[in-house]
Amino acid sequence: MKRQTLILILILIAIGINPDNAKSFQGHGPNLGYAVSSEEIAAWDTSVFPDGEGLPKGEGSAQSGEVLYKSRCIMCHGKNGLGTATGVQLAGAQLDLTSEYPEQTIGSYWPYATTLFDVIRRSMPMTAPGSLSDDEVYALTAYLLFLNNIIDEYEVMDASKLPKVRMPNEGGFINIYKIEETLR
Amino acid sequence: MKKDRKNDLSLKEHEVAGNGLLDRRLFLLRGIQLGVIANIMPTNGFAKTTTDIDLIDPTWMHEPGEPFSIYGQPSAYEDDVVRFPVQNEIVPGNGVSWTPLHLMEGTITPNGLHYERHHNGVPKINPKNHRLLIHGLVKKDLIFSIDDLLRYPMKSKICFIECGGNSNAGWNKQPSQSEAGYFNGLASCSEWTGVPLSVLLAEVGLRKKSKWLVAEGADAFAMQISIPIEKALDDAFLALYQNGERIRPENGYPLRLIVPGWEGVLNVKWLRRLKVTNRPVMARNETSRYTELQPSGKARMFTFPIEAKSLITSPSAHMILKGPSLYQITGLAWSGRGKISKVEISADGGETWAEAALQEPILDRSFTRFRLPWHWNGKPTVLKSRAIDETGYVQPERTELVKKRGRHGFFHYNAITNWHVDSDGFVSHVYDKNENETTDSDININIDSDWD
Repeated sequence: MKRQTLILILILIAIGINPDNAKSFQGHGPNLGYAVSSEEIAAWDTSVFPDGEGLPKGEGSAQSGEVLYKSRCIMCHGKNGLGTATGVQLAGAQLDLTSEYPEQTIGSYWPYATTLFDVIRRSMPMTAPGSLSDDEVYALTAYLLFLNNIIDEYEVMDASKLPKVRMPNEGGFINIYKIEETLR
Repeated sequence: MKKDRKNDLSLKEHEVAGNGLLDRRLFLLRGIQLGVIANIMPTNGFAKTTTDIDLIDPTWMHEPGEPFSIYGQPSAYEDDVVRFPVQNEIVPGNGVSWTPLHLMEGTITPNGLHYERHHNGVPKINPKNHRLLIHGLVKKDLIFSIDDLLRYPMKSKICFIECGGNSNAGWNKQPSQSEAGYFNGLASCSEWTGVPLSVLLAEVGLRKKSKWLVAEGADAFAMQISIPIEKALDDAFLALYQNGERIRPENGYPLRLIVPGWEGVLNVKWLRRLKVTNRPVMARNETSRYTELQPSGKARMFTFPIEAKSLITSPSAHMILKGPSLYQITGLAWSGRGKISKVEISADGGETWAEAALQEPILDRSFTRFRLPWHWNGKPTVLKSRAIDETGYVQPERTELVKKRGRHGFFHYNAITNWHVDSDGFVSHVYDKNENETTDSDININIDSDWD
């Protein structure tokens, strides 16, 4: 074995690089990916973040949302978002999070209003996902926030207003990964 | 009676813990033990009927057998070894199906029995019309076809995947009487093969502030979830194969993200998009669900690794021991933090414990099979198993877990399971005596019924 090779191996061992490890592939793929335009990405990327990144144009209020809710959502989530056997309770929590049978609703539990827009747009209604327009998603989001006494009936939700809505339980979560990270 | 006494005497010297737990090497010892073991093995039902002509000269030895098949199926006599599905009435694709762990041996889950958790059904994906987009805080946004990915360098890893909600009936006030697998079988173990995520992330080129990945599936729920970039670079990979064949549709065909040891929901099926970001997206399944409400009213969030857990699969609920005899206690242990280092078994309700034999190979973040010989004396007792992983973590008793986490965390239930054996040999699930929670009027409220 050449001296340089031996030294290289010793260095690799010393810094903990196992040649069998997946990391040894790093940068050694065949580069088969192809470029994609920003327009294509925009159409594909529907993730909505708490600061509003990803929210589309459009708007809606609880008033129009109520009509939609009654035709598209009520069969699973029940009247006034109280839930049924097939759909979770979304509003109307009577028992708080420390009670014997806590009610985890949007108002009592969800930390971010933007999550509501995101999940309605990508997943709801489960019998016809992707069938709601952005205006309709804003309207349903507004209606559910209204049902949870977080905004009023006439407040219009859009890309600038929704991220500003503060949820009552925003501070109710402990980031376990972060805690463990500081211990590592 | 005379025979039983003789067996008791000869086994006594191999006892390693209370109530008949025997040295884990007993089945391996040669010579002197063989006669003893033969005498006390469960009664062989066939011995009585060897004069039956069908046994000596069965019909299937007198006619040509079935021809070849292009894809083999289990024996028709094994048709009870099936998954157990529970699904939403209006949206039948929203629910789970449990792996029948109590009817299986070894550590690898056959593909048709791997557990399922779908939020809105199994998409029928044509791989020609499926792409993976990697974008966000990267130097080049790139799209990959499945054919492209099949050309990449691959790695294989045997590892378990466990749904964060597995065993959550354990939070109920009444012990679940489902079979072991239909209560704890939202966990399965496969050999997954695919492309290390680090290779693709190197090709797109991570920007400095990249800290998280948002992964999205191509199902009707468009399930998305955030994963720390450290884990993505460490050992996550994009699986194309499961136990040697292309991934089954219900397990993510054509592409599944594997995040070894971390809760199932992160192992995104039907993967179509990875967005590199500097923060989590705070998706529904990392805020409203897959977080654990604690007695304080605060909820644990981003609890990724599966803590060590073990489960006796035999004997277990609904099984019947056929009289005082020698039995092999066996089960599975796993940890999302590494290898299992030890499994201990108690046959006296936790008074004394004995170390079980661990079946090689003992692999990182994989099912590990344990076994221990036990001479049951015919009296009622409680069996327990507890796993210890290489970090030193010890699987908790239920009392301890409930005291710490309350009963409304829904996810990450990993307490010790107790199997009660009554004097007829019937096995059922019990909680410890100090866990008597049955005085409430609302004991029938089951927190595990909610799979939305």
